[in-house]
Amino acid sequence: MTATETATAPDAAGGAAGYRPRATLSIGAEWRRQASRRRTQFALGFMVLLPLIILIAFQFESSGDDDNGGGEFGSLIELATTGGLNFTLFALLVSSSFLLVVVVALFCGDTVASEASWGSLRYLLAVPVPRARLLAVKLAVALGYSLLALLLLAGTALLAGTLRYGWSPLSSTVAAQIPAGEGLLRLLGILGYLAVVLLVVAGLAFLLSVSTDAALGAVGGAVLLWILSSILDQITALGVLRDFLPTHYSSAWLGLLSTPVQTDDIVKGAISAICYATVFWSLAFWRFTRKDVVS
Amino acid sequence: MPSRLLARLRRARPTRRRMVAGSTVLVLLAALVGWAVWPERPPYSTTDSMITVRSGPAGDQPVDLDTRFYLPDGASAARPVPAVLLAHGFGGTKRSVESDAEDLAGLGYAVLTYTARGFGRSGGQIHLDHPDYEVRDAARLLDWLAARPEIRKDAAGDPRVGVVGGSYGGGLALLLAAQDQRVDAIVPMITWNDLARSFLPESTGREPADGVFKKGWAGIFFGSGSGTGLGGLAAPGAAQGGDSGSEGTDGPAGGQDPVPGAVPGAAPGGTPADPACGRFAADVCAAYLRIATTGRADPAAVELLRRSSPAGVLDRIKAPTLLVQGAADTLFPLAEADANARGIAAGGTPVRVAWFTGGHDGGEGPQTDRDRLRFLMAQWLEHYVKGSGETPSTSFTWSRIAGFDALDRGLVATGFSVTDYPGVGGTTAEPIAVAGPAQRIANPPAGNPAAISALPGTGGFSSLLDGVAGDLPGQHARFESAPLDRAVDVVGSPKVTIRAASPTGEAVLFVKLYDVDPNGPAALSNGLVAPVRLTGLPADVTAATPVTVTLPAIVRRIEAGHRLRIVVATSDQGYATPVEPVTYTVALAGPAAGTMPGMPAGAALTGAEVSLPTVVGEPIATPAVVWRWALAGLVAAIVLGLVVLVAVLRRRHRRHDTSVHPEYADTPLVVRELRKEYADGFVAVSRIDFEVHRGQVVGLLGPNGAGKTTTLRVLMGLTQPTTGEIHVFGHRLVPGSPVLSRIGALVEGPGFLPHLSGLENLRAYWRATGRPWADAHFDEALEIAGLGDSIHRKTRKYSHGMRQRLAIAQAMLGLPELLVLDEPTDGLDPPQIAEMRRVLRRYATDGRAVLVSSHLLAEVEQTCTHAVVVHKGQIVAAGRVEEIVGESPSTQFDVSDVDAARAVLDRLAGVRVLPETNGALVVDTNGTARSEVVAELVRAGVGVDRVMPRRRLEDAFLALVGENSRGSGDR
Repeated sequence: MTATETATAPDAAGGAAGYRPRATLSIGAEWRRQASRRRTQFALGFMVLLPLIILIAFQFESSGDDDNGGGEFGSLIELATTGGLNFTLFALLVSSSFLLVVVVALFCGDTVASEASWGSLRYLLAVPVPRARLLAVKLAVALGYSLLALLLLAGTALLAGTLRYGWSPLSSTVAAQIPAGEGLLRLLGILGYLAVVLLVVAGLAFLLSVSTDAALGAVGGAVLLWILSSILDQITALGVLRDFLPTHYSSAWLGLLSTPVQTDDIVKGAISAICYATVFWSLAFWRFTRKDVVS
Repeated sequence: MPSRLLARLRRARPTRRRMVAGSTVLVLLAALVGWAVWPERPPYSTTDSMITVRSGPAGDQPVDLDTRFYLPDGASAARPVPAVLLAHGFGGTKRSVESDAEDLAGLGYAVLTYTARGFGRSGGQIHLDHPDYEVRDAARLLDWLAARPEIRKDAAGDPRVGVVGGSYGGGLALLLAAQDQRVDAIVPMITWNDLARSFLPESTGREPADGVFKKGWAGIFFGSGSGTGLGGLAAPGAAQGGDSGSEGTDGPAGGQDPVPGAVPGAAPGGTPADPACGRFAADVCAAYLRIATTGRADPAAVELLRRSSPAGVLDRIKAPTLLVQGAADTLFPLAEADANARGIAAGGTPVRVAWFTGGHDGGEGPQTDRDRLRFLMAQWLEHYVKGSGETPSTSFTWSRIAGFDALDRGLVATGFSVTDYPGVGGTTAEPIAVAGPAQRIANPPAGNPAAISALPGTGGFSSLLDGVAGDLPGQHARFESAPLDRAVDVVGSPKVTIRAASPTGEAVLFVKLYDVDPNGPAALSNGLVAPVRLTGLPADVTAATPVTVTLPAIVRRIEAGHRLRIVVATSDQGYATPVEPVTYTVALAGPAAGTMPGMPAGAALTGAEVSLPTVVGEPIATPAVVWRWALAGLVAAIVLGLVVLVAVLRRRHRRHDTSVHPEYADTPLVVRELRKEYADGFVAVSRIDFEVHRGQVVGLLGPNGAGKTTTLRVLMGLTQPTTGEIHVFGHRLVPGSPVLSRIGALVEGPGFLPHLSGLENLRAYWRATGRPWADAHFDEALEIAGLGDSIHRKTRKYSHGMRQRLAIAQAMLGLPELLVLDEPTDGLDPPQIAEMRRVLRRYATDGRAVLVSSHLLAEVEQTCTHAVVVHKGQIVAAGRVEEIVGESPSTQFDVSDVDAARAVLDRLAGVRVLPETNGALVVDTNGTARSEVVAELVRAGVGVDRVMPRRRLEDAFLALVGENSRGSGDR
């Protein structure tokens, strides 16, 4: 540091030279911040690994005639080895109820809370990254990683399943075989719906994330509430109240397997998920842009 | 840190605002739940009464009928309401139709439900909807309605009334409308056209006298003496209405006495009942016994059943009729409604036909079906009974099972409609060739074992048999088609032509149409079979005359790739078959080319065309379509809301005061009347004013909890001040102000990403600022950090001091004009502290400024040019360090003999010895020159080792904040 160096020249708004609020914490910067973390790498890696593990598990053919339950849709398990599309469907079926929930909760619940627990959040705010921008970028990147995880899971399953079991029509016992081309579209539809339903988890985890500086609390809290909602949904005595549970329509994507597709529940599920996510995110922004950061 | 913990605890304490918000949310939630589960008060009143009517052939036999009358609120002689007579199904009571009655009463109809004679608490015997008994009973009930002033009338004694009923009640509706022209509209559901044909069907068009006795259903119909109602025979609305088994406690008026009425075997009033006939009338009972014994109907029995059938009187029905029939119904198949519809329409009466996926076997059907039927009925009654609403169209609606519901595993039906009712023949016919060799099949003696196609009386359970339906080996012949090249939507009765040979010249056969899924089981649509009785057969099948069998009407989509299979069987559990064992030969109508695998050599392949009737209908939009619009609207609203929000925020941002306070334009930091009060009422900072000018190193000094960190937090935009302003270079500072970019900060310890190295952390931080790399001056920062090669290690492995140095380096990135450091020497060793002091002093020389907070007096004294002393949230002193310290009046003397010195000094005027604990002698010289004091001591022979002026900050500090060691956080 020498005396010849001059202080940075201020701009009209009072910022340092080169400082623009909209250039702070770019999506790329946040993406790299998250990409460098072990938990991101492990979570994404597992998404690739899971279909391969399932594939290997299927090689241990057993004569045991296990009833996997689930009625007509339970037979998706038996059909898993009929082709790449069915294998992908199976991989989604087994991971949609819990694994994907955890992964999405991890990406969305950890993002702000972990910065708070490291103490780096206050330095980002002192840059200053505008709070709304900080949240928006963090949310966009968390959702991006969640989507990437979903696509990696489906993509790997489709690739591995097709290489192992071939490219054949999507079959289920609820309806006639669906030609492979249309089956792929249905699969994309299922992925899309899963992504929408998981927005509830994303919203809840994100809200918890800005409310606490314990990352585990945010992730675990979101998963716990999701499980609670699933349990309540099993209690038919709740009647019409069940329709308002965020998990009530979580398996409506199965309707995409029948012909013609049953979209009514999917539409309702999408409405429910979008409403919840919007409320949670609105609360998160409202809270974070006003709160005193004390971490 | 305990103070942080305390602060957190305090924040978690229930404040009034939190209490209000929390209880509001709780109350709202409770209200929502309460609203959802609160039972609604019905908008009608009910009256139970026994009404005695006179009927019988001469109209003079009294019988008591157990009735319930539902009168909507507000009905009066001045405002009469139309009425609905609601009849129940066989084996039911007035309670079976409770939910339908409530529904109709809710729509504004006065509803009269009653238990038909021979059932429940009503008197009389069962005459099977005999025109002189049950039908006349109902006509008398119309008289009763006509006598009530609250009921609307078309003329004196002619009430405005619709008749609704399912199965037994539906038959009554048709027969009553034919017999009593006062009826304004009828809605008969899942009912018969010809009771003889229903129980003695024959699918080649022969009369019931040659029919095959449907013993399964007939037995349930007649013989159910278990005391349970026949759920499957009740109206669709009651099939799952929970009536079954409720007869034991029949209504509040029924008291606790077991009601024997449902049991054919006992009549009310203690009359000894005939154990063979129960409550059936003698003629009905005798006819059943004759048919059930022989399996054949004599003309008298057919005549008796015909008397109870609408078939002969359809031309007299003038009341507009809505016919509802179920596809899952092996008792009264779709063809019955078809016959009724054609018969009534022939007289010019408006008729509308609706099929649904339930029935005696299928129950109420899926929700979509129930909704559709409820709508159709309400619309029909509204126009033809209430007299309002548009004329309902006479379009034909039907539904098909589309699959399983993904959520509740129930069935899902898709509704279709077409303008004109096509009948069971469909609008077009799709011929599909089936083929197979002539096959020999055996009739089992006494019909045992027999194939199972349906389970009568088990309600929806029969549909589970789809595909399980067991055809027994040796008892059936199969004829299959090639895989269909495209899907066919079958709506109506398929037809196929077969040939049969029998050594006895007679044969009873059951023809079925299976849908064979190449990957799954073969499905027999709703367990429907076509029984045929063939006579005059040759012994050789080649000589047999082809006969056309009309299979039961079905609604099914046969997918592309599936095959059709015609099965001809000799036995069926539900039907009476010849007792003698015989072996028949069956084949299709004509010869066919080719061979089939597994066919015996030399056997000729026979073939025929299955004619599949089809109807192309428009799918009915379910109310669920609304949700799609709701979804689109929701997304649009959110997008719009976001756009508006962003626009408003931008606008507010643009309006934001960016003016520069001219007075402070060149001052790095001006804090004015800063106050921070937490939500729980804790005042961390009550009032703080100070300035930091260029070139200054200002120390913010105060004990723990004095408010230093809170001040710095506000300064970094982490916390909102309650009142007060901060200006940085004249710009007003609020959270997120761009001017924050001119401040480098270390507040409350370092904060790094633990998985990155020190250098990567600095880079990640600078990347987040979005500023050019060149502005960062990494080299200088790294030099200050002085971490050497450790800069490439992950920060989680750093010591406290290393992290602290890295944090100071991060604060200096970009060489900000104002550097704010909170306890910067925390964790540093003495040489590093000394180095840090040099760095900070030098940093402030280029017109920059540094604000250092510390509770260490020495550090501030040695590092800073200026100091601000904070205590209990307030400034107690501010200014140059020297000024604050001042010229202290006290001096410390190290002397050889303390007691002697004390004695000497006590003699000196104005000189006061201050109490000192550690043996040193501290003296307030109070204007007396130190040299004079020394001279006095020396003169007195006291050796003076050292004379030290006490101008230490500590004195000033203690003088300013008091010696109480308790932190101001404990205020």
